[in-house]
Amino acid sequence: MEEIYKRVNKVFCEVFDDDTIVVCENTTSSDIEDWDSLEHINLIVAIENEFGIKFGMNEVTSMKNVGEMVNLINEKI
Amino acid sequence: MKELMYPFDSSYILKNKKKIRKELELQSFITEKKIAVLGGSTTSEIIKILELFLLNYRIKPSFYESEYNQYYEDAVFANEELTNFSPEIVYIHTSFRNITIFPQPNASAEDVDKLLDLEYKKFQMIWEKLYEKFPNVIIIQNNFEMPIYRLLGNLEASDIHGKINYLTRLNMRFYEYARNNKNFYINDLNYVSSEYGLDRWHNFSAYYLYKYAMDVNAIPALAFNIAKIIKAICAQNKKVFALDLDNTLWGGIIGDDGIENIQIGKETAVGEGYFEFQKYLKEHQSLGIPLIIASKNEHENALLGLSHPSGALQKDDFISIKANWNPKNINIVCAANEMGLTPDSFVFVDDNPMERDIVRKNIDYIAVPEITDIENYIKIIDRNGFFEFLSLSSEDLKRDKMYKENVQRNELLAKYDNYKDYLKELKMVANIRPFDEIAYNRLSQLSNKSNQFNLTTKRYTVSEIESIAKNQNYITLYGDLSDIFGDNGIVSVVIGAIKNYELHIDLWIMSCRVLKREMENAMMDKLVETCQKRNLKRIYGYYYPTPKNKMVKDFYSEFGFEKISEDQDENSIWLMPCDKYKKTNTVIEVK
Repeated sequence: MEEIYKRVNKVFCEVFDDDTIVVCENTTSSDIEDWDSLEHINLIVAIENEFGIKFGMNEVTSMKNVGEMVNLINEKI
Repeated sequence: MKELMYPFDSSYILKNKKKIRKELELQSFITEKKIAVLGGSTTSEIIKILELFLLNYRIKPSFYESEYNQYYEDAVFANEELTNFSPEIVYIHTSFRNITIFPQPNASAEDVDKLLDLEYKKFQMIWEKLYEKFPNVIIIQNNFEMPIYRLLGNLEASDIHGKINYLTRLNMRFYEYARNNKNFYINDLNYVSSEYGLDRWHNFSAYYLYKYAMDVNAIPALAFNIAKIIKAICAQNKKVFALDLDNTLWGGIIGDDGIENIQIGKETAVGEGYFEFQKYLKEHQSLGIPLIIASKNEHENALLGLSHPSGALQKDDFISIKANWNPKNINIVCAANEMGLTPDSFVFVDDNPMERDIVRKNIDYIAVPEITDIENYIKIIDRNGFFEFLSLSSEDLKRDKMYKENVQRNELLAKYDNYKDYLKELKMVANIRPFDEIAYNRLSQLSNKSNQFNLTTKRYTVSEIESIAKNQNYITLYGDLSDIFGDNGIVSVVIGAIKNYELHIDLWIMSCRVLKREMENAMMDKLVETCQKRNLKRIYGYYYPTPKNKMVKDFYSEFGFEKISEDQDENSIWLMPCDKYKKTNTVIEVK
């Protein structure tokens, strides 16, 4: 899990072009300034490409925080 | 930037777009463009990625983005924001999702025709309303991609009720409009999507979730394709192929292997690959794209290789053959000078990554595709769209010949110690006259692609040229130039606006093909003469610097104009009384 968090964190830093971002289980879009619905798409695609996985539509719409995202990744890899 | 050339890594571009943009924004730009994107689906990410590709072409865009799926409303109805934005280019991003109704299975042939006509007219209305609102706007319109499912199976292709048949027919109507309208270009979404792979292109969850008409990962491929059209519009196409020889035009090393052992021709698989590549280059040549050689080889070995009976290219297909042991960047610069071009307009093709790197480092903005194996040469070069065509004008097709004549002129020049004697020997004849109808297209084209010998870098559409030509308050002149080696066609264009018995030179351009031939002198003689006939007392000249037009910095001063002002950006204004001017052309016979 820690390894997944590390890789997820790296993707966040790249997508938002901000090296200071540190994500944790409870991080949500309200914690990161540029994380709006348009950037969310990008983030999802970047995470999918990073781990070579695809999220289902239900999963994308029900993901509430980074913790849930990481759990999903963990199930898929 | 290598990351934005084909083959690129889409996920890298999508993920790092902010970083890439920061890096690209550091360079100098050639032009700015106002682009309105009218979408029939989400366009947000498309615009962001398109911006990267345009910045990479040194075009600085600003964007207007329609609200989601408001492409029709924005174009057809009044929209203050769009009007104030006043776009130079409108990109209409529609897809098969925007088809109003597809034919019903029981529809008669007549019904289907009517339906098709109705759909087409919806789009035609969009285009014509846009031209009405923005007379000089350039429209880039998507054609339709093929849908992912086929209700009728293979019958979809041929039966009039099939979606595939219907979309194909609609596309044909769009192409007809494109053929008949100058400022209208098709973005070939149908090709881009099949090139990308329809299976991967259509990602329905991207549509259901975010209303993107394609998979987000396909956006760089789409944006790149749009950017190629826009850079062609902005006259940023490449112009010349500079080619290595060994393992680039044939397999093996001519100096070591000898002509009998190099691989070219249909006898071996590798040989066939090189043959097809030579043929691909030859096809470019027939479109007016000149070829030159830049190779580390003995000159005679280069000629030997090019004399191979199974090759598609012969020595006469090349405008210049630089086969020697000089660094290739020096050979390219040298060939560029002979042809009257800048080396950044070259595409350098070499199998050796080290040579590619040296050329890339020494010639700013030259294109150097990352070719891999011979079976991929054509694909990698072609997908980069270096020479994106907007039309096939007869002038374009003759370019290759003109550059060749330039090289011959340089050979003649080498025989003279005195430059003036050489100019006299050329026996030049110029026709200089006011704009007339037959030349409108070419004049507009020249105004849009001249960057170096261009005092103000103003761009004119065909309709602007026409209205200026018919306006008594302008003096217009254009000149063609021919000599013993051939006809250069139209090479110089001048537009002056008359205000209070004074002339203000809005545009002064000349093709770099005829630099240092006193053509500008012949034009100035004629301009002053015309001014005097119309009783104008003074002429104002303007110089606006760009990254590309340094060569004409002293243009007006050399003609005896006096600098009367200059601002902090070095934009300068120059003045000359007409009666102060003495004719300066001594070598061109003017008709």
